[in-house]
Amino acid sequence: MDALVLQLLNGLDKGGAYALIALGLTLVFGTLGVVNFAHGALFMLGAFCAVAVQQLLTLSAQVKDPSVTFFEAFKEVPYLEIWFGDAGTAIIAWSLPLSILIAIPVMLLIGWAMERGLIRFFYKRSHAEQILVTFGLAIVLQEIIRIWFGANPIPVAAPPIVSGSADIGDWLGLGPGVVYPWWRLIYFLFSAIILAAVFGFLQFTTYGMVVRAGMRDRDTVGLLGINIQRRFTAVFGIAAVVAGLAGLMYTPIVPPNYSIGMDFLVLSFVVVVVGGMGSLGGAVVAGFLLGILQSFASMNEVKAIFPGIDQIIIYLVAVIILLVRPRGLMGRAGVMES
Amino acid sequence: MTDRKSRLHTPLSRRSILKGSLASTTALGAFALTGGGPLHFVRNAWAEEQPIGNFPAKTSGSSITLGFNVPQTGAYADEGADELRAYQLAVKHLNGEGDGGMLNTMAPKALKGNGILGKKVEFVTGDTQTKSDAARASAKRMIEKDGAIMVTGGSSSGVAVAVQSLCQEMGIIFMCGLTHSNDTTGKDRRRYGFRHFFDAYMSGEALAPVLAEQYGKDRVAYHLTADYTWGWTQEESIKNATEALGWKTAAAVRTPLGAGDFSQYITPVLNSGADVLILNHYGKDMVNSLTQAVQFGLRDKQANGKNFEVVVPLFSRLMAQGAGDAIKGILGTTNWHWSLTDDGSKAFVKSFGQEYGNPPSQAAQTCYVQTLLYANAVETAGTFYPPEVIKTLEGFEFDGMGNGPTLYRAEDHQCFKDVLVVRGKENPSNQFDLLEIVKIVPRADVTYDPNIPAFNPDGNAELGPYIPG
Amino acid sequence: MERTSASRDLILMVVFTAAVLSMPIWLAPIGAGYPDLLQKFAIFGIFAIGFNILFGLTGYLSFGHAAFLGVGSYTAVWTFKLVSMNILPAIIFSIILAGLFALAIGYVSLRRTGIYFSILTLAFAQMAYNLAYSVLTPITNGETGLRVLRDDPRILDRVLGIEPGDVLPTPELFGLRTIGYEGFYICAVFLIIAFFIALKITRSPFGLALRGIKSNQSRMNYAGFNTRPYTLAAFVISGMFAGLAGALMAVTDPLAGAERMQWTASGEIVLMTILGGAGTLIGPILGAGIIKYSENIFSAFNEQNLHQAFSFLPDPVQDAAVSIASMFVGEGWHLTLGIIFMLIVIFLPGGVMEGFGRIVKWTRKPPAPRATQEVRTAG
Repeated sequence: MDALVLQLLNGLDKGGAYALIALGLTLVFGTLGVVNFAHGALFMLGAFCAVAVQQLLTLSAQVKDPSVTFFEAFKEVPYLEIWFGDAGTAIIAWSLPLSILIAIPVMLLIGWAMERGLIRFFYKRSHAEQILVTFGLAIVLQEIIRIWFGANPIPVAAPPIVSGSADIGDWLGLGPGVVYPWWRLIYFLFSAIILAAVFGFLQFTTYGMVVRAGMRDRDTVGLLGINIQRRFTAVFGIAAVVAGLAGLMYTPIVPPNYSIGMDFLVLSFVVVVVGGMGSLGGAVVAGFLLGILQSFASMNEVKAIFPGIDQIIIYLVAVIILLVRPRGLMGRAGVMES
Repeated sequence: MTDRKSRLHTPLSRRSILKGSLASTTALGAFALTGGGPLHFVRNAWAEEQPIGNFPAKTSGSSITLGFNVPQTGAYADEGADELRAYQLAVKHLNGEGDGGMLNTMAPKALKGNGILGKKVEFVTGDTQTKSDAARASAKRMIEKDGAIMVTGGSSSGVAVAVQSLCQEMGIIFMCGLTHSNDTTGKDRRRYGFRHFFDAYMSGEALAPVLAEQYGKDRVAYHLTADYTWGWTQEESIKNATEALGWKTAAAVRTPLGAGDFSQYITPVLNSGADVLILNHYGKDMVNSLTQAVQFGLRDKQANGKNFEVVVPLFSRLMAQGAGDAIKGILGTTNWHWSLTDDGSKAFVKSFGQEYGNPPSQAAQTCYVQTLLYANAVETAGTFYPPEVIKTLEGFEFDGMGNGPTLYRAEDHQCFKDVLVVRGKENPSNQFDLLEIVKIVPRADVTYDPNIPAFNPDGNAELGPYIPG
Repeated sequence: MERTSASRDLILMVVFTAAVLSMPIWLAPIGAGYPDLLQKFAIFGIFAIGFNILFGLTGYLSFGHAAFLGVGSYTAVWTFKLVSMNILPAIIFSIILAGLFALAIGYVSLRRTGIYFSILTLAFAQMAYNLAYSVLTPITNGETGLRVLRDDPRILDRVLGIEPGDVLPTPELFGLRTIGYEGFYICAVFLIIAFFIALKITRSPFGLALRGIKSNQSRMNYAGFNTRPYTLAAFVISGMFAGLAGALMAVTDPLAGAERMQWTASGEIVLMTILGGAGTLIGPILGAGIIKYSENIFSAFNEQNLHQAFSFLPDPVQDAAVSIASMFVGEGWHLTLGIIFMLIVIFLPGGVMEGFGRIVKWTRKPPAPRATQEVRTAG
């Protein structure tokens, strides 16, 4: 029983990340009609916001290390610790939450630049060309990150107060000793909140209502004298922030490297397609569904029956769903079929 | 083009000349235009020493080139970077620059500090990306384009095995870097491949008695294993060694290389009835899986009335650095550690530390030693002719290189030397002091017959010929 | 008209054949005249030609073609192990098996169009890749890759009385070695054959139908034309080309690794085709050549070479030039690739071939209609 609960939680974590990326992909596609292969790169850039802030805060002085006697060695001591002592150490420990504040404007800016600088010239071009140019952009972005930060994953620490594990066994009545890492619980909650916020924004604000109307019928909304283009650009910015925060919050779970965006992008595209191109709800449902299935498929009991199923479950489900439901779980007819 | 052509044709017999001219006929236009005919095969024909690989085409100038093929990206990139540092240091020392490092302590020694056979040592590097295909492609590039006469590198046994068999075909000596799979000198042993690093079987033999002594003989183990040759043989070796002492094995689960998030594999451990988790992971995989195992509360857990324990059979200081607090108290084995106090280790640590500001890792040590051993064998043999160099290395007994008296066994090209059982240190005295040596297991205790099932499962393992086909 | 076009094709074939066979000569000055790279040019050229038959003609964008390449490689190595070291059986079996795989995957995937088709092919390829890496290890030898061993059965060789010596056997073609320059010429011959077949397909009514599907599939369907057999045939043919390329990879280096099936490998072939010019005959081969050349040459640059290259500059300027240039070569060559690729898609959606076309147009100031016609059909 507790094994099932823990695997469910693992699945919700992964599903949360898939859903956040897939949601952004779908938003961009629904509003601008653009298939954005660089969306995974936004996830990666968000993760590297966290890395950059951490590196900035831990800028260090080279201090001679007297405890190393066999050659001249130097220790790196962060300036913040030299200047502020314990307060400096505390600031460094909280670098991840701090980086959220930086990441939101940065990701908005990146999203805006991407949309105005490149994407808008591709509204009218074929989906294949959109995929290819954004694929090229994704390569460029991840290579820039690689030149700057190197090829290796860089660990980012969660604040010490939540770096341990929560006694979920006690909460859920599963008995003592069943624990789950705090940060993974936070990640799931965080993704739920962001998803709710985006849906709330689209559903309950006038701005969101106009965007939704524009997704249905762009021309009519335009005729009403509303500058729908500007709102769509704003939506691209929001999608960029969502993807960026998803990546940023994921860093304590898996240390990011330059290619983490591509890894997630491929899976997220499968998620979007399984959910149905253009359906926001479908993206979220499919994200969590595939995350949870992937987790359960790794259980030894399942693998005993279907060897290797944990390696292919996502793709297998995608194939089955696409063959049974031609447009995914909630897709509309005629979208992206030519 | 002419000299490249000649070195690609190896055994010089009447038949190969015929084949060569057949090839040239196919290649008609190209050869006619460059003016090279089949005749040039005869030009380099030596009485006893036939052209093999890049010999003698690339060993006749005033300098020679070594190929360093290490992972610069992927799960083992940290180790790869340290290997490259060691190679560069070795080249310096061979050319008589710097303080000489282990050249001062190695015995017996033929090297003079003036390059190899008086030729200046140069090098090219390649990125294996921790993938067999990429590693072979970059090894090929170094051999065909850059004219490397010896290739060395590693940090993944899959890559080492793949490159080693390529080198056998091309007639280029391959000095393995960090590779720990039994297969490298077991069922996939090759005449042109040599391994200084220890192997999974030795880890099992050295580690199991310490595990039984520390954790008792009544334990149930759960293995998480990197899904490739190294992981498989290490799992097998540790399983056999611990089961021989009374342990049981609950399950052995394979995980893909470079998985990143191991949570879905760690969760099932909790209810498996096991009380020990054995992580057959290396590099960043090990850092991730170990920290995640700790996050999931495995080290605070009680199972079967005992404290739950985690064991990492192979780890190094670089990984301990990455894992931070999670590594403290964890038992494992290592090939070499910088805190050893013999003359060879001290000389190497001093020279490496001064150059790079870090002590060398076990990967760096094995790569440095391998480069010196190759150079020394050439110097001793007095020729770059590969069969002679190989014969010099086979059965070579040496000392003063950090591992005590060491033998390069002729039967399987494996080095035999002491093995270190180590533990993550609870209270490090400085930033590099992360491992403490629990036990130095003597060479005799880890020596095995080259044809036991772990190394020759199908009874057909063989080194192959001195002169490749 | 018909006659001139046929004679033009003949000239194209002759020029192409001459150019391919003389590659070791005219590529040597740019540092590409060594066998490993030349073999790659030919092999990926074949792969790209095949991919272009599907993508260039029908417009179906497959993101899983590397799977067929992998199937071809594994089949070839297994044939070396079980049947014969002669490369002909290996190549034949590889093409057949890759074709069967393509038939199965194509039959399922072609029930969908657009991005749904792309994702289906991607899903199948990723499944093949992940399985090859894990549970299919007994067949694929997992991460290490499948290799030829000295004591493999090799039934046909045994029957013909070729006994295994004490050396590891290498692939051969009736006594001819398949590595080094011989290997390149073997691949080159197959490249020329592949090009000839692609030329014939493009010029045939079948090719015309495929292009009709690209420009408007639903109109063709409404006209009572069942497009499915045509697209499936194109899919299978391109899968067989990929199988041939995979087999040649195993011929020149008898090892099959799972990485060559990964989605990045599928993405690479898409890049090659677009870069050169999708839908043209020569374009994909050019694209393959450009990418493989950059990969091997740019990635091998290091600071040492760059300092030599910029040695004519004064020291401080030289250091700056080297540090800027080193971003784009060595490990950074992917950045160069990404930038070039973006520029091509933005400004030259027809790839390098469109660039050539524009240059030709521009040099022949009064735009002669026949000249442009020539570019379109010949390219």
